[in-house]
Amino acid sequence: MLPLPAPLSDWFAAKGWHLHPHQVQMLDRSAAPSTLLIAPTGGGKTLAGFLPTLAELGANPAPGLHTLYISPLKALTADIGRNLRAPIDGAGLNIRVEDRTGDTSYTQRRRQRVDPPHILLTTPESLALMLSYPEAPRIFAPLRRVIVDELHALAESKRGDQLMLLLSRLQALAPGLRRVGLSATVEDPPALAGYLATDTQVLLADPGPDPDITMLLTEDAPPWAGGGGRYAIPAILEQIRAHRTTLVFHNTRAQAEIFFHHLWLANEDNLPIGIHHGSLAREQRERVESAMTEGRLRAVVCTGSLDLGIDWGDVDLVIQVGAPKNVKRLVQRIGRANHRYNAPSKALLVPANRFELVECKAALDAVRAHTLDGEPRGPGPRDVLCQHILLTACSGPFTADALYAEVTTAGPYRHLPRGDFDAALDFVATGGYALRAYDRWQRLKPTAGRWHLRDPRAAAVIRQNLGTIIDTETLKVRLRGRGQPLGEVEENFAASLTPGDTFLIGGEVVRYEGLNELTVEVSRTPGRDPKVAVFSGTKFATSTLLADRILQIFQQDTWPDLPAHTADWLALQRRVSDLPRRDTLLLDSFPHEGREHLCIYGFAGRNAQQTLGLLVTKQMEDQGLAPLGFVATDYATLIWGLHPVTDPAPLFDPGTLRQGLETWLQSNALMKRMFRNTAIIAGLIERTHQGRRKTGRQATFSSDILYDTLRRYDPDHLLLQITREEAMRGLIDFSRIEDMLARSAGRIALNRLDRVSPLAAPLFLEHGKVPIQGQAREKLAEAAAQALMQAAGLA
Amino acid sequence: MHYRLTLGPEVLHALPSGALHWPARRVLVVSDLHLGKSARLARRGGALLPPYETRATLERLDADIAATRPATVICLGDSFDDLAAGEELDEADGLWLSRLMAGRDWIWIEGNHDSGPLALGGSHRAALVMGALQFRHIADPAQQFEISGHYHPKAQVAGQTRPSFLADAARIILPAYGTYTGGLRCSDPVLTGLMQPQALAVLTGTRALAIPMRRG
Repeated sequence: MLPLPAPLSDWFAAKGWHLHPHQVQMLDRSAAPSTLLIAPTGGGKTLAGFLPTLAELGANPAPGLHTLYISPLKALTADIGRNLRAPIDGAGLNIRVEDRTGDTSYTQRRRQRVDPPHILLTTPESLALMLSYPEAPRIFAPLRRVIVDELHALAESKRGDQLMLLLSRLQALAPGLRRVGLSATVEDPPALAGYLATDTQVLLADPGPDPDITMLLTEDAPPWAGGGGRYAIPAILEQIRAHRTTLVFHNTRAQAEIFFHHLWLANEDNLPIGIHHGSLAREQRERVESAMTEGRLRAVVCTGSLDLGIDWGDVDLVIQVGAPKNVKRLVQRIGRANHRYNAPSKALLVPANRFELVECKAALDAVRAHTLDGEPRGPGPRDVLCQHILLTACSGPFTADALYAEVTTAGPYRHLPRGDFDAALDFVATGGYALRAYDRWQRLKPTAGRWHLRDPRAAAVIRQNLGTIIDTETLKVRLRGRGQPLGEVEENFAASLTPGDTFLIGGEVVRYEGLNELTVEVSRTPGRDPKVAVFSGTKFATSTLLADRILQIFQQDTWPDLPAHTADWLALQRRVSDLPRRDTLLLDSFPHEGREHLCIYGFAGRNAQQTLGLLVTKQMEDQGLAPLGFVATDYATLIWGLHPVTDPAPLFDPGTLRQGLETWLQSNALMKRMFRNTAIIAGLIERTHQGRRKTGRQATFSSDILYDTLRRYDPDHLLLQITREEAMRGLIDFSRIEDMLARSAGRIALNRLDRVSPLAAPLFLEHGKVPIQGQAREKLAEAAAQALMQAAGLA
Repeated sequence: MHYRLTLGPEVLHALPSGALHWPARRVLVVSDLHLGKSARLARRGGALLPPYETRATLERLDADIAATRPATVICLGDSFDDLAAGEELDEADGLWLSRLMAGRDWIWIEGNHDSGPLALGGSHRAALVMGALQFRHIADPAQQFEISGHYHPKAQVAGQTRPSFLADAARIILPAYGTYTGGLRCSDPVLTGLMQPQALAVLTGTRALAIPMRRG
């Protein structure tokens, strides 16, 4: 074992601390080129990652950057910085720790470029920026170790793919660099190890005892639809009162906001309760974070921004409001409670509606059975590669051969064909065939075999656009007349406001006064019933594992372990139609309020059900059934139109659906949004131009037109290929439609009812209805025109 | 399918594309083509659009010309987004436009965006009188039997908003024919002030749909 510096082991001894076995093992293996440590929350994982660094640096290290720590969250770097300085200062080690994130001041960043600390804490985006500067080779040459925290979370997004490319860059600048990945429990450790590096060893720490997790059942039944969990507020307040510190997780920011507002209205004891989510202003988040660390809060209402390993001190209860959608995420959230190693975490699930009650039950069963969900990730996305090529060009000239060799050392890109790399390079250099006439997309040119920026001034714009997080565009919210920022709202939401409208932000009701440049100006208002902030941000789809478990529950004869109201509901559905099953595709058809309805219980997750709605309505349009619109949830799609479906088989023919997908991909709004994200990441369009941020609508406008243009004049353009690939996963998720078709293998059961079926009823209350522009609308427009002309005596 | 309009003694067809056809005189009228809009926006440092909107507009114009075989084409102004856009027209687009112009009279009426003469052929006029009808860019309330453009009117039916003709006994206002043009709702006071109470809005789209013009 690598010995710890004497002052440090003395300090540990004085504190009465003992190293966990996996912390000792990390010291033992400090020379390994790449190590993945999988440990539960509270297992001293981060310290385990840093111990070899502290041991190597010793009491009086030479100047120069030794260890880079990368975490997905800015807040996490601040937290880790604090935790790390305790032993360093306590043992009187002469080690400098600094962080470098988007929040770091300009002067601080400049100083770090001249005189880097021993340990630098950063995020993938800030690392990308640092690597884009010409002095990167000098700064990173002495680097010995890199620690990637929360690797499981990063590996699920393009941020991880980008980070792996950045590590390949770092490895080229510092050949002896050793990698450490820290991860919570994952379903496939070897896959994650291969993602980090080809020669990674996996170290599994003791997972600790099983969590104590139950469903919070209330006197009132949950509502039929919606996701707020407001009905459970009295019961949740009671739990908060009975525990020291509670985290109340929500799936979306909007839900967290609404819930927090109503929680405060009901909080008669004035318990100190805070709110924390990614849309809040930094100052406000920091206030909550420090109050939490100091133990001044009894509860925090939060979203995924608290998912990752920030140390919240004495949390003894985690409440998840709304179905967790994903067992792995649930397990990780539960791990937030009881931060002591070897003590069980305590958690409560609060279903937000009747259907989620079944989903929560399925999730509880999965946690107890230790099954985790996860979809294997495909090869590294090429839009991220394009950005990486641009970034590399910003730091200096490169040869295609060397960069290709470097890129293929990154886990997600290790099987990247040379042809794909060359195509990406060509796109970055010229913009591709259809755009080659435009100067602005002629960005690289070769001189003596080395590629470099055609115009070095372009580097500034490229740097401003680095990163792979494409948030829904948001606008800052400020109190009029005062500079104090309250948070951010999505642009679409801001565009829907008229002066005088009220909405919730940071738990208070504010009145919309007007838009000033890119800032929403508001004033405080005593109103209690706000027009609610609708953040249409990412909605996670229920995982395949959970969907399958729900279908299993449906197959029970009775449901003694579900509350009576839910069991009765399922029994009624079975009586009037049937319950969905895994091996048959169940459809309910019924008239309602003058329209014909078709409910498709595909259980393929929200995104795939949405796609299914688009594809099936297209088929219905071709068959003259005149569909008018549809709405999708994680388990079903409800379509309404002028005529009933009587022969469903052709609608679900796999060949027709696949062909329909191809055609539909050409002109679909989701595709355009996906293209926009890809175009931003690949550097085709800019988020920021000379410091002036484009509004989302402007960017959407030009990307929509680019999409149409490329589609017509250059259908094989690299970015269209990437967009098509992404369509199979994520927002379009056609692969899950294919899974659904495969498991039902042509078995379709269509039940005709004379009224709304019990299981379909909640869908009528869902938001996000999609209108179909087709014959039906044309017919309705003609009929409306006719009626207007007649009423006016003109026809 | 077109919608039949009468203006004074003349019968005119409002086409679903937004063009106006005058069969008796073999005249096709279009307004506000705004060719070269993307180039102008790019020059002014705005959002960068590729110049393909010019092609999309020319494609539709080509189709209307092929279907109606006009002897005369009248462009009611704002044909180019500005003077420079007319001069900077992409070579292929310029050739295409020349081909459409060949073998027929082509009249450019001056608009507020493109006031000067262009090097493209055709004749340039501030306004035009043909038979009983007058053609100009911006409607003049004092005139009768007048056909104009400029406002890019739009109207709504069954929740759908589309570019629209406005027509009453005295005048017809054409929708913008160009691809990326915004619009003015027909309930806007400027338009309700111009049009008589009995005015119609004729929506463009897959077929021309007439409705009473909304007034607020």
